[in-house]
Amino acid sequence: MEKTTNQRAWFLVLPVLILVAFSSIIPMMTVVNYSFQDSFGGNEFFWVGLEWYRELLRSERLWDALGRQLMFSSIILLIEIPLGILVALAMPKKGWLASLCLVLIALPLLIPYNVVGMIWQVFARSDIGLLGRVVTDLGFSYNYTQDAVDAWVTVVAMDVWHWTSLVSLLCYAGVRSIPSAYYQAAEIDQASRWSVFRFIELPKMRGVLIIAVLLRFMDSFMIYTEPFVLTGGGPGNATTFLSIDLVKMALGQFDLGPAAAFSLMYFLVILLVSYVFYTVMIASDKAEAGQ
Amino acid sequence: MTKRPLPSLIMLAYLLFLLLPIYWLVIMSFKPNSEILGAFTLWPQDFTLGNYRTILTDPSWYMGFVNSFIYVAMNTVISLCVALPAAYAFSRYRFMGDNHLFFWLLTNRMAPPAVFALPFFQLYSSVNLFDTHIAVALAHCLFNVPLAVWILEGFMRGVPREIDETAFIDGYSFPRFFTRIFIPMIGPGIGVAAFFCFMFSWVELLLSRTLTSVDAKPITAIMTRTVSASGLDWGVLAAAGVLTIIPGAIVIYFVRGYIAKGFALGRV
Repeated sequence: MEKTTNQRAWFLVLPVLILVAFSSIIPMMTVVNYSFQDSFGGNEFFWVGLEWYRELLRSERLWDALGRQLMFSSIILLIEIPLGILVALAMPKKGWLASLCLVLIALPLLIPYNVVGMIWQVFARSDIGLLGRVVTDLGFSYNYTQDAVDAWVTVVAMDVWHWTSLVSLLCYAGVRSIPSAYYQAAEIDQASRWSVFRFIELPKMRGVLIIAVLLRFMDSFMIYTEPFVLTGGGPGNATTFLSIDLVKMALGQFDLGPAAAFSLMYFLVILLVSYVFYTVMIASDKAEAGQ
Repeated sequence: MTKRPLPSLIMLAYLLFLLLPIYWLVIMSFKPNSEILGAFTLWPQDFTLGNYRTILTDPSWYMGFVNSFIYVAMNTVISLCVALPAAYAFSRYRFMGDNHLFFWLLTNRMAPPAVFALPFFQLYSSVNLFDTHIAVALAHCLFNVPLAVWILEGFMRGVPREIDETAFIDGYSFPRFFTRIFIPMIGPGIGVAAFFCFMFSWVELLLSRTLTSVDAKPITAIMTRTVSASGLDWGVLAAAGVLTIIPGAIVIYFVRGYIAKGFALGRV
């Protein structure tokens, strides 16, 4: 659609600008401020320049957390994207059954994050949980509070449980927008199920799939509450991801300077990914408009 | 296409995977603590509503729900009110810096709440808003306003421009056109945006926990405090968990026709 140039449109955007400035720019500037200073007792500050950044970049703590974070994000993307597509394709297309499936599938997305953590806590505990109990009875030693691998498996399973539905819903929206004429044509050509997927459904899902991958990447990159409730970052530091580490530093130890420097670097990484996301989306919007 | 059993099987397996943990939570909420810890039962042998009674009669529990609802409602109203005109501007006009502004808004949706926890705490304390509902509502605007703008813009692009032009030729002023004609036309979009504002405000824990202590403490924060206290009352905790799922389930039911499109952020 052709847009007209109208500078007065700024007035319509103004309320958003003021509100977001209050809730984003002002806090952000405090963070920038802290990242260059050292504090004593929370009220005396002096300038340290880039010292915190240097210290953090040299510390193993940050790199370890980043490594765990990247590994976690890759694992869940590798599981959730294919599984999400599979579920979207398996969904009934119309009727009450489709509505029911939609509502049930969307359910985990609406559960408060800490309740998600709690649900998995009681589900996976080997003393009172169904999963933990069954796995133990099958003869596996399983205890997510003690064993790092078990903790990882549980956290990944929880995230798959929580967020695969998002991918499914996005892909489902994409699949549903395919005109039935495409399928009829494919049937006349006696196309296999795989080629229907490869040449009709996948291209049509491209746009939403990009959104799905990037949303999942970014949300998993800042995951906090669920693993915090489930494992508290443990055992040891096994499931301490970036946000958990940051909150430990900022609110637990009250190390304002390092926490602020950490925040800014963290935010810059996310900003970079968001920028790629935005550029890709605009490009795919334009490509679609050009078709 | 011929009917194949495989898709239904996949669907069934996935639904089973989704519902089993929820099932476990629900039946746990009907068990007394002795049964939860002592016996392993797939079905409550000693069915009790006591856990729910505890929550519904103890103010320190049920006020958590009230607090949550207050700030979630506030947040949804504020987000929609500021997002509507902005989304209209983005969908209809080209103006200086529009793309940059839109991207900057989006980055706020992507900002990790953990980064903002401490500065928010200090900001709202310094303006004496700590432990109020409005503080949490405003803090959640950080990610909900950009999201609402984004979703609404997607829906508004689907409304043909000619409608605006015809209305203006007919002598409608902008505010009158906007409230009388345009807003009813994008009703579903507003519903979807409201749904997402509700959802993200409802599920968020980190900011709402950091910004409240007593008067505005949300139910989610009350639950985590109970976890950290000694002597876990699993039954009551499970009942509280079940109660936090119900509002979401109800809201989903109302927007079920639009969820798929909504999660695609109006861009399919």
